[in-house]
Amino acid sequence: MTTTDDLAVSVRGLRKQYGEFTAVDGVDFEIARGETFALLGPNGAGKSTTIEILEGYRDRSGGEVRVLGVDPQRGNLAWKARLGIVLQDSGESGNVTVREQLTHFAAFYPNPRPIDELIAAVGLEAKAGTLIRKLSGGQRRRVDVALGMVGRPELLFLDEPTTGFDPQARRQFWEVIRGLKSEGTSILLTTHYLDEAAQLSDRVGIIAGGRLVDIGTVDEVGGADARVPVVRWREHGVAREQRTTEPARLVAELSARLGEPEGLEVIRPSLEDIYLRLIGAQDAAPSEEKELTA
Amino acid sequence: MSTIAIPALPAGRTLTLGIRRIGYEVKAYFRQGDAVFFGFLFPIVMLTIFSVAFSEGDFGTTADGTVVTAADYYLPAMLAAGVLLSGLQNMALDIAAEKGDGTLKRLAGSPLPVISYFIGKIGQVLVSGVVQAALLLTLAALAFRVELPSDPDRWATFAWVFLLGIATSAILGIGLSSIPRSAKSANAVIIPIVLVLQFISGVYLQFSALPEWLQNVASVFPLKWMAQGMRAAFLPEEYRMLEAGEVWNLGGVAIALIVWLVVGLVLARVTFRWIRKDG
Repeated sequence: MTTTDDLAVSVRGLRKQYGEFTAVDGVDFEIARGETFALLGPNGAGKSTTIEILEGYRDRSGGEVRVLGVDPQRGNLAWKARLGIVLQDSGESGNVTVREQLTHFAAFYPNPRPIDELIAAVGLEAKAGTLIRKLSGGQRRRVDVALGMVGRPELLFLDEPTTGFDPQARRQFWEVIRGLKSEGTSILLTTHYLDEAAQLSDRVGIIAGGRLVDIGTVDEVGGADARVPVVRWREHGVAREQRTTEPARLVAELSARLGEPEGLEVIRPSLEDIYLRLIGAQDAAPSEEKELTA
Repeated sequence: MSTIAIPALPAGRTLTLGIRRIGYEVKAYFRQGDAVFFGFLFPIVMLTIFSVAFSEGDFGTTADGTVVTAADYYLPAMLAAGVLLSGLQNMALDIAAEKGDGTLKRLAGSPLPVISYFIGKIGQVLVSGVVQAALLLTLAALAFRVELPSDPDRWATFAWVFLLGIATSAILGIGLSSIPRSAKSANAVIIPIVLVLQFISGVYLQFSALPEWLQNVASVFPLKWMAQGMRAAFLPEEYRMLEAGEVWNLGGVAIALIVWLVVGLVLARVTFRWIRKDG
C-alpha cells in the first residue's frame, strides 16, 4: 500500500449529484507520482465532472479527494501553482499574441519554463508573434497545452487535449507529453482516442454512467477473458469465427481439414474492442442507469 | 518519494502581478475594435454631434457677456458620460464576456490572485478613461473653441470628481457583471441601465429642465452627481444658480459617490466568482 505522499491523486467514493441526477457515483482511483493515468468513457459518462472536481472547479457531493495531498475544495494559490490545467474548451477573445500570453502566464508561477523552449515544444515558433484569435483551432489548442505546462506543474490535467488535431499534430503532442513524463510529471488525461490512451498512459480507468467499470494497465483492462483471440475464416462460403486461447492449434486443424482456409484472420481484441465491450455492458444495464450515460 | 516542500509564493506578488495585468489588459482592450468604439469613442462622437447640431442653440450668456456654446455646455456632460461608460459599462460587459468565453475559468485554475485581476481591470479602465477625457478636452478646445478653465481649483475639482467617479463606476461594473446569466444577455441588461441613467442624469437633457420628481429619482444614482461635479469644474460660476439649491454642492457629490463606491465594493465582494460552480 502506498502512502499519501507517493500519490499525486487519491479519489475514494467520489459522488457528484445535480438535483436528482447522479453524474458521478462512487468512483475510486489513485494516481501515483510520475504516473500517466487516462480516464476513458463516452460523452456524459462523468469524466469531465470528475476532472473538474479534482481541479477545484466543482464541489463534490460525497467522498474523499486529495490532489497533491490537498482537498481541492480548499486549494489555495500555492496549490494551484503546482498544477497545470488544460481545459476541454477555451474561446477567449485572444487579443494578445502567443508569446505575450505565455510570457504573461509565466509570471504567475514561481519557476516557469523558458518561453522559447515552450513555444518550440508545442511547435508554434512560426506563430509566436500572431494574435491568438487569428490561430486555427488546433494551434489554439497547442497554446492551451503550453499554458498548462508553463509553470512546470507536478500534476498536469489534460481534458481531451488533442480534439481537432491532425494526425501529425497528435504525434507531436504525444512527444511533448512523453517529455513531461520523463521529467516526472504526473498526468491525468481524458480522451476519446483509445490509441492515444494506449500510447501515453501507464494505466487507464474506464468510466460509464458515472461509475468506474474497470481500471488497470492498458494490457490488463477488461480482464484476460476479454483478450482471448478470435479466429475468423470462411468455410463453404459461410463466415465462421471462434474464440480460442489456442489460435495456432485451431489454425493448424483448419489447415489440415480445409487446406488454405479462405479469409483466415487471427484477431487480438484491441483496447478499442475491449473498451466498447465494457461500455456496451454498461449500456445494457437497467434503464435508470442508461439515462445517466445519455 | 517524500513529500515535496510546497514552495511559498513570493510576498507582494499580488501587487506586481496586478501591475502586469494592467499592461496586459490595456493592450488587449485597444486591440478589440467594437468595444473601443462603443465605450471609448462614444462620448467623443456625441460631443461632436451635439456641438454641431445645437450650434445655433441658446445656452445662455454670462453677466460679463461671454456666450456659452453647445460645446461648452455639453463638455462636462460628456466627460461624466465617459466616466460611466469607461467604468461601469466597459467593466460589466468585459467581465461578463470573460465569464462566458472561459477567460475567468482559466485564470481560476492559475495561481493569479483575484485582487491582481481587479487591479488589472481597474487600471485598464483608468488608463482608457484618462485617454478618453484627454481626447474630449482636446477636441473641445481645438475643434469647438471651448475655453478651458485657467483656475487650478477647477482642475482640482475635475481631478477628484474624475478619479472618484471612475473608481465608483468601475467597482459598480464589477458588481453588475454578475447579474447577467450569460455574456449574450449582458448587453441587454447593462446597456439599458446606462442609457436610462444618461437621459435622467443631465447628460443629454438639461438637468434643471427635468420635472422635479425625475430629478429626485436621478439623485439616487451616481451619474447625476458625476455630471454635477463636472459642471462645477467647467461651467461659469453663475450657472450654479440652475442647480438644486443654487449651489454646486460638491460635498453632496463626494458623499454620493463614496456611498456608491461602498455599495459597489460590497456587491463585488458578495457576487463575484471566478466561475459559477456547478452552474
